[in-house]
Amino acid sequence: MTTHPQPSGATRLRRAVAEPHSRRKFFLLTGGTGTAAAVLAACGEDSETMSSTTAAGDDGDVLAEMFGEGDSGIVNYALTLEYLEAAFYEEVAASGLFSGKDLALIEEIGGNENEHVAALEATAAKLGDPAPKPETEFDLKDAQAVLETAAEVENLGAAAYLGQAAAIEDTAILAAALSIHTVEGRHAAALNSLVGKPITPSGAFAMPAEPDQVLADVQPFLVTEGSM
Amino acid sequence: METEAQLGRGAFIARGAIAAGAAYGALAAGPFLRRAFAQGEASQADLDILNFALTLEYLEAAFYEQALTDLRPKGELGSLVETISSDENEHVAALEQTISDLGGEPVKAPEVDFGDAFASEDSFLELAQTFEDTGVGAYNGAAPSLESKELLATAGGIVQVEARHAAAIRMLRGELPSEAAFDKTLTEDEVRKAVQPFVKS
Repeated sequence: MTTHPQPSGATRLRRAVAEPHSRRKFFLLTGGTGTAAAVLAACGEDSETMSSTTAAGDDGDVLAEMFGEGDSGIVNYALTLEYLEAAFYEEVAASGLFSGKDLALIEEIGGNENEHVAALEATAAKLGDPAPKPETEFDLKDAQAVLETAAEVENLGAAAYLGQAAAIEDTAILAAALSIHTVEGRHAAALNSLVGKPITPSGAFAMPAEPDQVLADVQPFLVTEGSM
Repeated sequence: METEAQLGRGAFIARGAIAAGAAYGALAAGPFLRRAFAQGEASQADLDILNFALTLEYLEAAFYEQALTDLRPKGELGSLVETISSDENEHVAALEQTISDLGGEPVKAPEVDFGDAFASEDSFLELAQTFEDTGVGAYNGAAPSLESKELLATAGGIVQVEARHAAAIRMLRGELPSEAAFDKTLTEDEVRKAVQPFVKS
C-alpha cells in the first residue's frame, strides 16, 4: 500500500464538517496516528486515488470505504466502536464522579467492552489488519450528563451491530456479533432506565443504524488533532 | 372445567387480538418489515425457526398477560410489565403474520401453567428473568441458521428488545444487566427443556 500526504488535523476537521458523508472522515476516526496511516494508506485525497483494496463499488458504502470490504470491514468497524466505548468507561470509572451501584454498573459495562475489544481484535487479526485504536476525548464534568452520553453510545452501538447483522457472511462471526449485540442492548436498557428513558425507545422492534449515521454520531468523541 | 391458567389464557387471546390489530397497523407503516413477504420466499427450515420463535413469544406473552391480571403490579414494575407485555404481543403478531405471508402455518399457542409465579413480585421477576434470558439465547442460537437475510434482520430487531427486557428485569432485581460480556447461545433442545415446566401441551 502506498501512503498519500495527509492534510493537517484542522483541515481534515473542516472538510469532514463540510462533507459529513465524505470518506475523508476516515482520517478523523483514526486520529492520524502512525498506525492509522498504514491502514489509512489506501484512502487518498480524492476518490480517484482510492486503492483497489478499499474502493467500494457503491459510493454510499461508507463502511467498506473506511474499514474494508466484507466481514473484515464489519469487524473493524465494530472494533472501532468498541475501542471508543472501552476508552469511555475507563475514563468514567477513573473520574471519581460515581460510587456505589452506579460505579459497579459502569465497571461491569466497561469490563464487557474490554472483552468485546479483545475478541474483535483477535478476529480482525485473523482476517487481516485490525483497525487502529482511535484517539478519543470525552467531556466528564457532570455525572448525569455522563450517564446520558453512556446511554446514547450504547443505544448507538446496539443499533450499529443490528445494522450489520444481515451483511456478515461467516456464520461463526455472525453468532459472535449477535451475542455482543444483545449485550450492547442490555447496556442500553440499563442506562436508559438510569436516566429515565424508555428501555425500548423504538418499541417492540429495535431499529438498526447505518454506518454513516453511527460515525457522524460518534464524531464528537474522536480527537482530530492527532497528526504531528 | 376451566382452570385458572386457561381463563388467563382466554383473556390473553382476547387482548392479544386487539394488540395484534394495533401491531399490524404499526408494522404496515413501520420499518420492521421493509416489505411484505410473499409465499414461497422462505425455506421450510426458516419457517420452522420462525415457528419455534413464535412458540416462545406465545409463552412470554401469556406470562406477562397473566402477570397483569394476577399480580397487578403497580408503579415502576407495573409500567415495565405493561411495556414488556405489549412488546411480546407485537412479536407474536409480527411472527404470525410473517409466517402466514410466507405460506407457512403459524403454530398454535401452547397451553401454559406458570405455577406459583405470581404469588409475589419476587417470584414473578425471577421467572421473568429466566424467560427473557432464555429468549435471548434462543434467538441468538437460531438466528445464524436463518437462510433469509431479511428474516435475520427481523430476528435481530426482536432479540435486541428481548435483551433490553432482560436487562430491565435484572436491574429491578438488583442484578447487573448481563451475566457476561457475550450472551449465551442456546440450542432448540436446550430452550425446549428450559420452558418445558410451563407448557402443558
